[in-house]
Amino acid sequence: MENKLIISSSPHIRSYESIDKIMRDVVIALVPALIASIYYFRFGAIKVLVFSILGAVLTEAVIQKMMKRPVTIKDWSAVVTGILLAFNIPASAPWWIPLIGSAFAIAIVKQIFGGLGHNFMNPALAARAMLLASWPVQMTGWVTTGPDAVSTATPLAILGGEADPSAVLPSLTDVLIGNTGGCIGETSALFLIIGGIYLVYKKVITPRIPLVYIGTVAVLTLILGSFDFTYMVYQVFSGGLILGAVYMATDYASSPVTPKGQIIFALGCGIITTVIRIYGGYPEGVSYSILFMNVAAPVIDKYTSPRVFGEVK
Amino acid sequence: MELRTFKGGIHPPHGKSFTEKKPIEKANEPKIVTIPLQQHIGAPCQPLVEVGDKVKVGQKIGDAEAFVSAPIHSSVSGEVKEIAQKHTPTGQATCIVIESDGKDDVDESVQPKADIQELSKEEILKAIREAGITGMGGAAFPTHVKLSPPPDKEIDTVILNGAECEPYLTADHRLMLEDSDMIVYGMKVIMKAVNVKTGYIGIESNKPDAIKAMEEAVKDEAGIEVVPLRVKYPQGAEKQLIYACTKREVPSGKLPMEVKVVVNNLGTAAAIGNAFKTGMPLIERITSVTGSGIKEPKNLRIKVGTSFKDIIDQCGGYEGKTGKLIMGGPMMGLAQFTDEIPCIKGTSGILVFTEEEARLPEPQNCIRCGKCVEVCPIGLMPLYISAYSLNNMLDKAEEINALDCIECGSCSFTCPSKRPLLETIRVAKSEINARKRKQQQK
Repeated sequence: MENKLIISSSPHIRSYESIDKIMRDVVIALVPALIASIYYFRFGAIKVLVFSILGAVLTEAVIQKMMKRPVTIKDWSAVVTGILLAFNIPASAPWWIPLIGSAFAIAIVKQIFGGLGHNFMNPALAARAMLLASWPVQMTGWVTTGPDAVSTATPLAILGGEADPSAVLPSLTDVLIGNTGGCIGETSALFLIIGGIYLVYKKVITPRIPLVYIGTVAVLTLILGSFDFTYMVYQVFSGGLILGAVYMATDYASSPVTPKGQIIFALGCGIITTVIRIYGGYPEGVSYSILFMNVAAPVIDKYTSPRVFGEVK
Repeated sequence: MELRTFKGGIHPPHGKSFTEKKPIEKANEPKIVTIPLQQHIGAPCQPLVEVGDKVKVGQKIGDAEAFVSAPIHSSVSGEVKEIAQKHTPTGQATCIVIESDGKDDVDESVQPKADIQELSKEEILKAIREAGITGMGGAAFPTHVKLSPPPDKEIDTVILNGAECEPYLTADHRLMLEDSDMIVYGMKVIMKAVNVKTGYIGIESNKPDAIKAMEEAVKDEAGIEVVPLRVKYPQGAEKQLIYACTKREVPSGKLPMEVKVVVNNLGTAAAIGNAFKTGMPLIERITSVTGSGIKEPKNLRIKVGTSFKDIIDQCGGYEGKTGKLIMGGPMMGLAQFTDEIPCIKGTSGILVFTEEEARLPEPQNCIRCGKCVEVCPIGLMPLYISAYSLNNMLDKAEEINALDCIECGSCSFTCPSKRPLLETIRVAKSEINARKRKQQQK
């Protein structure tokens, strides 16, 4: 034998899956909603997206350089965080809002805890919560879609009675395709769902969390809304529910890994979201409910380990 | 028809096209054989011959007193040249080196056995032991031990494992096509040995020709049924196969006899059949010599003790830059550091990867995607066992059932971060077992 043989423990073959392929698929899944956000919110959306993505990628590179770790911006994970955070910011927000937010998401929530896979909360959501608490006015400056971008209320605020009483609820079609006020990426439920189907098809996520989460909200709002079907449909398709259920609650690092755990996690998200939306002070409860369940994920994993084959009861 | 299977599992690339259509050929007669005295699980054999002795084909040259062991026979006729410690595919062992005289004289002890109907259970077990039969799937557990359950354990089913779920390997597939009667004969011997009326032959459905051949072979045999199985790795893992065929679950930490089942590889059955029909003990086996690093992949009937190098030379030598040489399949096989090692009873495959295929991926952070949990056929959480292992938290690893791992490698295969999951779980298992042994000694 002319050259040395490689010795390693079995298995000797690996699947073609990789982190960057998964993350790239998430980015691909987000593209339809991203295009919709630019179409509806024009320059406002572009500004938020650019500063958020740039902020995330640059922060990742700088922090990893400082910590003398390998720079992993090529794995697309910072891009995903950047897009998801941008989707959670209104088009009217000043440029420094997405920049500070994405830097916080990457530096504080992700890298300080050990980088990819070690964040115990969804970085984009934690950043959104921080921004909302610090700059509530800038983070809730909803504007209408289209070139005029005059201020408006979100469908959920109108539904919950928190908005100006003169505001009119947009049509269900507008809610579905995203032609309403709100954060730039959360409004077009339809395009978010298309991306979600792509992720399920590519086996990046299982439909467990999105279906249980959205299903729970649907059932609870139907019951608590005294069986008003239209009310339920508005609750499901407006606000951040679809974005949260498909792209945020399914974040690998901060959700349970066991199938049973994922169902409990999604149920919890659905219940808390509905409770905040209907009884809480905020019109929207998706981000807080997911963040809350993120913290519970390790405990859920612990108590939902799958049944071991041949386990003696 | 719904194919039977188990929960979890993966779909690795088959890699079977290299050899699945190639009929079994006889390997060239070796000039020198190096026969290890330990090719099985259990006690090593002591040599029964000395340097300078003349030996014949089928002559017993090594044996042990211990129950869990299997005797060793010469695969050639010739002269014993050396008895020394040498490298083998599974480590190191005392080996008997025999130079062949090329005559292939058969030893007088090699005589066909009486009809199985006339033999008692004890006589059958003794004959299986004397023929040096071990499991041919890879682990090489002495077969007579497997067929001797304690008296309080009743057995009602025999399963032959023809799943051959390991990618690349086609030895069992070819055996089913070319020698199905021998397999069935061996199966009947096994069924008689454990006094059982029901037998299943589990075969993955990607081998329809083999399923047909075996169905043809058992059509007049009452009680023997061919079970087509879904194509999924590790379908041929013992407990998964039992579950697929009988829906019985072997309890954690227990043997198949706990659910009244005995499983044997179908190569083992063929070896038993041969030992009873011709009297020839286990001195050769069928091996797939395959992979993109081999010029002309083949299925060969190889004499135990033939060096890997001779076999690879017969297959046209290495193709391209050799990266990895594996005994067995790519999922559970053992990487070798040299080709100057002998084929043994458990050599189901000789697999060669080019340098490019063999390159080891760089492990990245665990992203907790949970794919390892989804694929684990045992229902373990590989990511956590691995993490506990890396942090030397053995109690925690044991608590979440590290010892139940069957080392199929599905977790490592599927991991997008290319983490060494199985490798680290193995470390945890051996540390936990070592600690247990220590505690028992106290």
